[in-house]
Amino acid sequence: MIESVEPRKKSGTIKVDYMARVEGEGALDIKLKNGQVQDVKLKIFEPPRLFEALLHGRHFTEVPDITARICGICPIAYQMTSVHAIERALGITAHPMVRLLRRLLYSGEWIESHVLHIYMLHAPDFLGYRDFVELAKDYPQEATEALRMKKLGNRIMSLLGGREIHPVSVTIGGFYKVPSKADLLPLVDELKAALDIALAKTKFLGGFEYPDFEQAYEFVALSHPDEYPLNEGRLVSNRGLNIDASQYEDRFVELHVKHSHALHSVIRGRDSYQVGPLARFNLNYGKLPVVAQQAADLCDLRPPCLNPFKSILARAVETVFAIDECLRVIKEYEPPPAPKVSYEVRASTGQAITEAPRGIQYNRFSFDDNGLILSSRIVPPTSQNQKRIEDDLRSLVPALIEQPMDELTRRCEQAVRNYDPCISCATHFLKIKVDRE
Amino acid sequence: MKKKPRIGVFKFASCDGCQLSLLDLEDELVALAGAVDIAFFPEMSSNMRGGPYEIGLVEGSVTTHHDAERIHQIRKQCQTLVAIGACATAGGIQALRNWGDTQQWVNQVYASPEFIQTLSMSTPISGHVPVDFELRGCPVNKYQLLELVSATLAGRKPNVPSYSVCVECKRHGNMCIAVSQGIACLGPATQAGCGALCPTYNRGCYGCYGPAESASSTILAEHLLKDGHAPDQVIRAFRSFNAGSWQFRQAAEGKGLQ
Repeated sequence: MIESVEPRKKSGTIKVDYMARVEGEGALDIKLKNGQVQDVKLKIFEPPRLFEALLHGRHFTEVPDITARICGICPIAYQMTSVHAIERALGITAHPMVRLLRRLLYSGEWIESHVLHIYMLHAPDFLGYRDFVELAKDYPQEATEALRMKKLGNRIMSLLGGREIHPVSVTIGGFYKVPSKADLLPLVDELKAALDIALAKTKFLGGFEYPDFEQAYEFVALSHPDEYPLNEGRLVSNRGLNIDASQYEDRFVELHVKHSHALHSVIRGRDSYQVGPLARFNLNYGKLPVVAQQAADLCDLRPPCLNPFKSILARAVETVFAIDECLRVIKEYEPPPAPKVSYEVRASTGQAITEAPRGIQYNRFSFDDNGLILSSRIVPPTSQNQKRIEDDLRSLVPALIEQPMDELTRRCEQAVRNYDPCISCATHFLKIKVDRE
Repeated sequence: MKKKPRIGVFKFASCDGCQLSLLDLEDELVALAGAVDIAFFPEMSSNMRGGPYEIGLVEGSVTTHHDAERIHQIRKQCQTLVAIGACATAGGIQALRNWGDTQQWVNQVYASPEFIQTLSMSTPISGHVPVDFELRGCPVNKYQLLELVSATLAGRKPNVPSYSVCVECKRHGNMCIAVSQGIACLGPATQAGCGALCPTYNRGCYGCYGPAESASSTILAEHLLKDGHAPDQVIRAFRSFNAGSWQFRQAAEGKGLQ
């Protein structure tokens, strides 16, 4: 909802009171004076839910079910990050087949979340529609195929976890129940069909018109010696960062910037950074399977890509990767001897980082000898991108200043959506001031 | 042509999962958007139009002064108002603050607590305005959601069963995990709708669909204690996603749990 539309005025306020097509409640405020950007605020008015506090005193086995409720769009990211942090605290390692199943489950979420964002939330910006339903009228084939891929992602999560939103099978040490090989095989034909669709669609997406806009980013993502990262690896950047999850809080700090209502995550001694598909693609291109590199060729996406609007293409390439990864896992999978490894409960602390669809998520949990949580820290991707989103807008707006105000506003919203911001996630710890002028 | 009924989807404190269920209706979404006018659904569309609406679907719980006002405005605009999910029907997991010191929690989580404006309680929609129907679940079952919309438009009562998860378990042919393995299971006191997911995945039901009308949560709590489950475990079992429902609240405060 655009409040003040004043065409071709160099002073004034771009005000989007309720950002549409993002997950959660946010607003955008950009103040202009004589063609210069005075202030950029991505405002978050999603109410706080206080997860870190409500976890206190809960048993660590309850954590994956509870933190999943931070976000209905990426519950697996919360389940995976928390089980890894708690397993590291307990000093246990899941069976290699459980590790494979977790990659399958996480890939399912990547497919669902990426396809949702590409076609339902972001593509309408590129093609000039207000939503997916309008887009579907003019692009019925693309819409049908998008829904088919999205449904497949959900089907994978439902098969492994009972339902696509807040699945119930993930637990510390493994799963409550694991599938047989025969349970997974019926997915193969649909995955193969989806792989063809996803590959072909990268060309369609590559044909969109991309604003000529590049920024000198510090990209941050996990890096694993043999795999495109999902559940584990060291945290690296294109500017020499290379740390274990246990060092995260030493290197990353959340600043309170004046006039901003949100906590801004920055790398200590440096500045804002970008996490998510584009960061992963740029830092891990060599780990992508051949078919995903092919997809990147089809849409002319090459590392390093510094144009944030092309994150939609990185998402499309990762969709190809995730579908291919599902096929690989199903091929290699044999049921483990037990659904989960056993462990002894003792007081400890553990940290983990995994790659949520929107970028890295950091968790730390400490618990006592009875396994009851003493303290926790959860840093979702959107909070880490938040300062970077504002920095992008600060650079983007001056170049568009001659555009009519509604066009300028539309572009700004599109630029925010480049990051697939999940405000429900970000909110439970962001500093919030409800500002309703 | 008859005017299409208008639907509004509204969000309060929540994870977005229940409204996402609408977008997860991949096979039905396009037909649904053809049959009704989705006039307000910010997560899906920039085309946001004001009321009145024939149906308002409300996700999330009330946790701020502003939201406590906003729900009254929404109620006025909606002919039929439906609360969807555990947050909207019981206050959600964030209602655990109702047993804590919310100000202390805010101080614990936020470095500048003075910026945070939040109520000390997380309350369901029915705590603020009359609600025409409550669809339970964390998240809701998307097919129940579709049935609810269809039934409301047809002017009939939605076919949403109120019996317990045990009935679904029997129908699945599951062996009872509480009886055979001694696992703590809230199934006997929890409303059906999920398809008995947790017992099917070899774990106890954790009550995410909230209390079943016909069952006694308090008696189940006593039974769990008798079966040897520790009091703090029993309290935590009832104090989760539907902690704010009066039946689960009572169960967690029952005999032997003080």
